[in-house]
Amino acid sequence: MKKLSVRRRHPLAALVVLLLALAATGGLYATLAPADEAQAEASAQSLAIEEGKKLYDVGCSSCHGSGGQGSSDGPSLTGVGAAAVDFQVGTGRMPLQQPGPQAEEKPVVYTQAEIDQLAAYVASLGPGPSVPNESAYDPSAGDAARGGELFRTNCSQCHNFTGQGGALTHGKEAPALDNVDPRYIYEAMVTGPASMPSFPNSTLPEEEKQDIIAWLHAVNTADSPSPGGLGLGGFGPVSEGLFAWTFGMGALIAVAVWIGARTAKARKS
Amino acid sequence: MSSRTDQTESRNDSSGDHLPDQREGGAVAEADDPFADPGLPPHEPRRQDIDERAARRSERTVAFLFTLSMLATVGFIASYVAIPIDEIVFIWPFGHISGLNFALGLTLGLALFCIGAGAIHWARTLMSDEEVAEERHAVEATPEVKAHVLEEFAKGAAESQIGRRKLARNTLLGALGLVPLAGVVLLRDLGPLPEDKLHHTAWQEGSLIINEATLQPLRPEDITVGSLTQAMPEGLDPHAENFHAEIAKAAVMLVRLEPEDIKDPRSAEWGHEGILCYSKICTHIGCPATLYEQQSHHALCPCHQSTFDLADGAKVLFGPAGHPLPQLRITVNDEGFLQALGDFEEPPGPSFWERG
Amino acid sequence: MSTATKDPKTRGKAPAGEKIADWADGRVGLYSLAKANMRKIFPDHWSFLLGEICLYSFIILILTGVYLTMFFVPSMAEVEYHGSYVPMQGVMMTEAYASTLDISFDVRGGLLVRQIHHWAALIFVVGIMFHMMRVFFTGSFRKPREINWLFGWTLFILAVFTGLTGYSLPDDLLSGTGIRFMEGAILSMPVVGTYIQMFLFGGEFPGHDIIPRFFVIHVLLLPGIMLGLVAAHLILIIYHKHTHFAGPGRTNDNVVGMPFLPIYMAKAGGFFFLVFGVIAAIAATATINPVWVLGPYRPDQVSTNAQPDWYLGFSEGLVRMMPGWEWVIPGGYTLNFGLMIPLAVFPGVLVLIGLYPFFESWLTRDNREHHIAQRPRNAPTRTGLGVAWLVAYGVALVAGGNDVWAVNFNLSINAITWVCRIGFFVFPVVAFVITRRICLGLQRRDREKVLHGRETGVIKRLPHGEFVEVHEPLPREALYTLTAHDQDRPAELGPETDENGVRRKVSPLERLRVKISRGYFGEQAQIPKPTSEEYREITSGHGHH
Repeated sequence: MKKLSVRRRHPLAALVVLLLALAATGGLYATLAPADEAQAEASAQSLAIEEGKKLYDVGCSSCHGSGGQGSSDGPSLTGVGAAAVDFQVGTGRMPLQQPGPQAEEKPVVYTQAEIDQLAAYVASLGPGPSVPNESAYDPSAGDAARGGELFRTNCSQCHNFTGQGGALTHGKEAPALDNVDPRYIYEAMVTGPASMPSFPNSTLPEEEKQDIIAWLHAVNTADSPSPGGLGLGGFGPVSEGLFAWTFGMGALIAVAVWIGARTAKARKS
Repeated sequence: MSSRTDQTESRNDSSGDHLPDQREGGAVAEADDPFADPGLPPHEPRRQDIDERAARRSERTVAFLFTLSMLATVGFIASYVAIPIDEIVFIWPFGHISGLNFALGLTLGLALFCIGAGAIHWARTLMSDEEVAEERHAVEATPEVKAHVLEEFAKGAAESQIGRRKLARNTLLGALGLVPLAGVVLLRDLGPLPEDKLHHTAWQEGSLIINEATLQPLRPEDITVGSLTQAMPEGLDPHAENFHAEIAKAAVMLVRLEPEDIKDPRSAEWGHEGILCYSKICTHIGCPATLYEQQSHHALCPCHQSTFDLADGAKVLFGPAGHPLPQLRITVNDEGFLQALGDFEEPPGPSFWERG
Repeated sequence: MSTATKDPKTRGKAPAGEKIADWADGRVGLYSLAKANMRKIFPDHWSFLLGEICLYSFIILILTGVYLTMFFVPSMAEVEYHGSYVPMQGVMMTEAYASTLDISFDVRGGLLVRQIHHWAALIFVVGIMFHMMRVFFTGSFRKPREINWLFGWTLFILAVFTGLTGYSLPDDLLSGTGIRFMEGAILSMPVVGTYIQMFLFGGEFPGHDIIPRFFVIHVLLLPGIMLGLVAAHLILIIYHKHTHFAGPGRTNDNVVGMPFLPIYMAKAGGFFFLVFGVIAAIAATATINPVWVLGPYRPDQVSTNAQPDWYLGFSEGLVRMMPGWEWVIPGGYTLNFGLMIPLAVFPGVLVLIGLYPFFESWLTRDNREHHIAQRPRNAPTRTGLGVAWLVAYGVALVAGGNDVWAVNFNLSINAITWVCRIGFFVFPVVAFVITRRICLGLQRRDREKVLHGRETGVIKRLPHGEFVEVHEPLPREALYTLTAHDQDRPAELGPETDENGVRRKVSPLERLRVKISRGYFGEQAQIPKPTSEEYREITSGHGHH
């Protein structure tokens, strides 16, 4: 599976999409390391909170304040819930390495057990969305067609038709959703990380989130069919135009040069 | 194929004595002008012209290409018959692609390409490559021809009496000028007149605000700070015939801001407890401007990047939009549902001449 | 030709082909036609084949397009999809979109033909641009070919609009957004905007008429006109005979190359198959416009990366660069400059391109026929203008894809837009200056080469110890090739007064002409080509430097 995903991101595909952007896209995709899916053993809640507090004091408090009340460097964590922690830390966005338009996905620093402890601590600061059950984001249980409609109403304006990502203002961006663990997609919808608005269950019920995940699973994983051939990044007419200008016209001009060239003479002059 | 000498003769027939003349002319001119045209260089044979074995090799290559094309066409037919249309296969580096599309496309491409390549190779290596000069002739007619034509034209015009019979001529022009009007008039029923259609939407006083995701009316407590909800007026049926025309004007988005974050007092007043309901149809050309950044409260349009500040009455911050997104006045009814206090105060969507 | 030697009585024994030809000759004058055209000479140069790429893509478009009409349903009636593409089952969509899904998933080979059609459309317009660049930069639009330039130019515009209408037909979310853009653009027209919008759409956007109407425009009206223009374009090419580059034996009065029969029949015919083969292979391996994941159009839905096909990226970029200027004028009428200006610039630029040949002939007052393709360096100002135009076009294209660049380069979309806003005005000027200088530099090098010969890289030591590089004089052929071009003289205003001492009246237009002409052909705009006198003077001396 991982191999296939690497192949789908083969340089050839990227070259096709954005000849000039190899380095940028390469760097972007290199950071798309799938998260470790190990589940922590359930531990005593209070113990977890205690352990989480310790981790928090070391890794998070400098920005978010000693009690999660927030500071000029980081928002308050009261009421963000365990789901927000699981998403932010589980995708490597937190702890923040350097300031920028928004927190970037990075290699994960904590183990899943530590993340759970951190989440338990932050959840204890105020009521908020909890980490969903696996059944809530199982793609096979959702209706992809319904999810596609919901996706186009609520998500595609930022994330593109199939979740290839898109630009926001001033260097912010809606990240690509390919091969993101469905759990993080679910958590992102519930918590609304960074610029993203939240889609609470009151307006987008649980089963509809599942439908959206099912749609993404159908069109945007390493195994999703792309019947027509190379997907060209899924960016639409821009990459198609580039392809026509470079590969299409390039091949035809090469052929034209062959036709127009003189045949080699017997005697070299 | 006719022999090479035949071709040379017929070529000389068609181009006259032009070629040899020019070659000699160039040589003569050389004496006094160093930049004179030396004339066409003498033809140099290719290997295929002097070595029959090389020529036969070329012929074999050409035949091989044509044979390959035949095989590819057979392959095309075989693929069409054998490969199911819904079969998805993994082919590196293309990914999980339709086996049929891939097989049909490549065999067809190969069949066509080989015909072309064979023909070109034939032309390049076996057909004569001796360059031929063809004389050009001035496009303009000689003065005699021109005079003759003008004379004939004057004669024809005079015979028609179009200069003398002014009444006939002018009525003809009038008739020809008028008759296209029939065609123009026929276009009238292409569509209705605009009237005030663009000024009204499906929103009216008391319309419940329907969540597009659930198709249920929204309550204030459903909408949390930092969330985004897409909605439409009650009474719109996605299966109805005019649904698209109505939703194209009436689609809205609801956001909730902390009351202290709302900069525009009128905007706050038109909302309900920090819930603001804006038309999501961009005022530039009409794309849904729903790229809502909940931290900055900016809404961006994906089509041309017009950026609206939803905290400040949807004021335009960037991009080509000319005016803010219209806001819908909302309140809560007795049953606790959000509802509209009327239609938009101004037409939503792209601006137009009569918009005002 | 060969029939001339035959006795009429032997006709009965003539081969079948000849009999058919005789039959046709008796009805349409086949032999006279063939006599004039069968051995027509066509010069060999790869850049002369760019137009053929367009011609062949056009034929491919017609072939595949006819096939697609067999399955496509140009209707905006809403249906629930129950075809074989699972992630769309149960979704409400128009019949146009549903039938496009059917073509892609239920018609064997339908996807291939759709992709060939769309790729060929993109390549068609790319080919037209390359072809126009070739004609422009080599001055091949000069007398007598101005009308053919206009034919080609019209074909370019029609191709863009045929592309636009075709792109809209599947009624997917992307193309629907494009139609919405068009609606907004029409609405922005002063006074008549709303009326035209209502008439075109048969009511309020999107209505139920736009797809069927676009269908007729796309498959009948525009291709019909284009077919006629293509025929006219080709007839004029045959009538004028092709231009060629200067070289030994290649003059303004002849055309040197290979005869149509057999060489170009094989080469041009073969090229058709090559173009078709390449496009088919692309369609086999690269997705274009995957409508099945785009979803059906709904006016309240949208996706980022919403762009038109590349050939309208220029206008898209112009619109994205515009600031949001909108005025409400007294009387309560709205002027939406954010759309009006780009939508005026777009056709304006096209008109400038179309009229350029007439501008240049006005400038040079040159009434001769020109059949030698110029080297771009020998027309530095024109080349500079062309490159400047291309740079402006490129900037607009970049602006049209600003969101895609932003997300792939991790840049700010606002920064890209600002760079494009400024660059649209600044970069073309810079490009013009640089290009003209490069051209002049190349002209200077040509001059050096003619007068002093080719640098051989061989260093010789002279008796008194000086080292010099041996320059080898150019062969006659090269001397001719490098000096064959004409150089226009800048126009002169003439004396202030006539022979009687009366002040001559010179129109301001004439003054302008002289001014521009100086800019085009003045001292700073071209390097005088070497004369035979200069050459003799140098070569009669010590030979080389």
